[in-house]
Amino acid sequence: MSSGARTDLPRDAAGSFRDPGRVRPHERPGAEPIITFRGVHKAFGPLRIYEGLALDVYPGETLTIIGGSGVGKSVMLKLLIGLLPYDDGEIRVFGEEVSQMDGDALLRLRSRVAMLFQGAALFDSMTVAENIKYPLREHRWGTEAEMDRRVAEVLEMVDMPGIQEKKPAQLSGGMRKRVGLARAIAMKPEVILYDEPTTGLDPINVRRINGLILSLQQQLGVTSIVVTHDMDTVFTITDRLAMVHDRRIAFQGTPAEAKANAFTYLREFVQGGFGVLTEDL
Amino acid sequence: MSAVIRFFEALGEISILAWRTLREIFRPPFEWRLTVAQLEQGGVDSWSITLLTAVFTGMVMATQFAVGLKPFGATMYTGKLVGIGIVRELGPVLTSLLVGGRVGAGFTAEIGSMAVTEQIDAIRALGADPVRKLVVPRVVAMTIAIPLLTVMADVVGCAGGVLITVAQVGMTLKFSVQTMLEAMLVSDVVHGLIKSLFFGSIIALVSCWNGMRTHGGTEGVGRATTASVVFISVTILVADFILTQVLTAVYA
Repeated sequence: MSSGARTDLPRDAAGSFRDPGRVRPHERPGAEPIITFRGVHKAFGPLRIYEGLALDVYPGETLTIIGGSGVGKSVMLKLLIGLLPYDDGEIRVFGEEVSQMDGDALLRLRSRVAMLFQGAALFDSMTVAENIKYPLREHRWGTEAEMDRRVAEVLEMVDMPGIQEKKPAQLSGGMRKRVGLARAIAMKPEVILYDEPTTGLDPINVRRINGLILSLQQQLGVTSIVVTHDMDTVFTITDRLAMVHDRRIAFQGTPAEAKANAFTYLREFVQGGFGVLTEDL
Repeated sequence: MSAVIRFFEALGEISILAWRTLREIFRPPFEWRLTVAQLEQGGVDSWSITLLTAVFTGMVMATQFAVGLKPFGATMYTGKLVGIGIVRELGPVLTSLLVGGRVGAGFTAEIGSMAVTEQIDAIRALGADPVRKLVVPRVVAMTIAIPLLTVMADVVGCAGGVLITVAQVGMTLKFSVQTMLEAMLVSDVVHGLIKSLFFGSIIALVSCWNGMRTHGGTEGVGRATTASVVFISVTILVADFILTQVLTAVYA
């Protein structure tokens, strides 16, 4: 898998690298969402994060979530895999309600839905190989030799072969993110959640990570939900984007629809991504 | 008033953590590798500080008793008093306070750093339980380590006391050891060891609880670590009082 796979494609009218002839997963006939948020409420003490948030995610699509700092974009990912409880509403993943899941059901969910954390969240005390083996051991993947083979395979996929014995402290920010991604895909998940995958990276690493996200979707059919501030990332990888604003999803649609949308706050985000300031600004 | 409420809230949360830990200890497979690593870090690496503290405490106690008892012509009781004082009280309490400060701060800083860098969330997202991976090995390790360190502190502290009774009070080595051993009952040693079992669990539970609830970046880790040392010390002293009352009543 080459990390620069699709970024040589020309941008379409909306600025996306996506193949213009591609039918987006949510437009396919009979497409049913695999993840649904319905009327979700979440608060941290007096701080209300969501009030009636609703969103659908379709199999095989790459959905990016944008919004200002502190609006709770990352919280959405954590609610989705039961890392945080929600106060009201319903979140269904593969048809099951997350808040109703017991320990075993959550374990099954987390083998199908993986997450790449903002700072990669690698375990400092472990080598790269041990980090990647962590979920494999928890889910009883196989023998030690099989796990070693899987570690080598996923490191190859993120273009970082032969670094099994390195410690996270010996890696750069971009390398840590790629190892984090290798750990996330080790269990062959059907859905990957990316929390700010390109934040703090140099442009080369940004392109690498974007290429990896695209490649995973193209080659493995993985569904991706990407929380990001980086509009270039949004337009490089996205099928649809959703904007969190005012404690709900204020917009969801394709990049072209986002660009054509009259909602000022959204336009600021979208056009700011191309370095064009709107008249409203 | 709010401080009192916060204290009882903390006590409630620690009790829930203790219950979850107890449940996970008996759910196979047991994390031996992690437990042995914590035993080494928390127990083996603490022997030198325990030894130093115990020997000097024993010597200071013996000196003070010898001076205090001299006007009454009762210096022959110095060894007895030092022995009982160390095995019943100072051995377990001083060891726990010192090792608790050293190891508890380390546990909180390590787990707190994991919390602020989302590593604890990552453990859960990867299908594991942070209580099982982080808390159980530390609680088991400290519950084993503190009684063992206490035994060492008892022996070394008494030896320090004997040294002073021989060197300063002028007793013979044989008489000093004999009077000390005569005064001590098995129940005195057991009394101290029961306390140390509780203190070991308290150190690990309080430090892990403080670590897991850490927020606010590196500043938060610093705050949590300081709070942990204070909380561990206070909890050990309060628990010591309660356990002494209970054990004294039981043995009476």
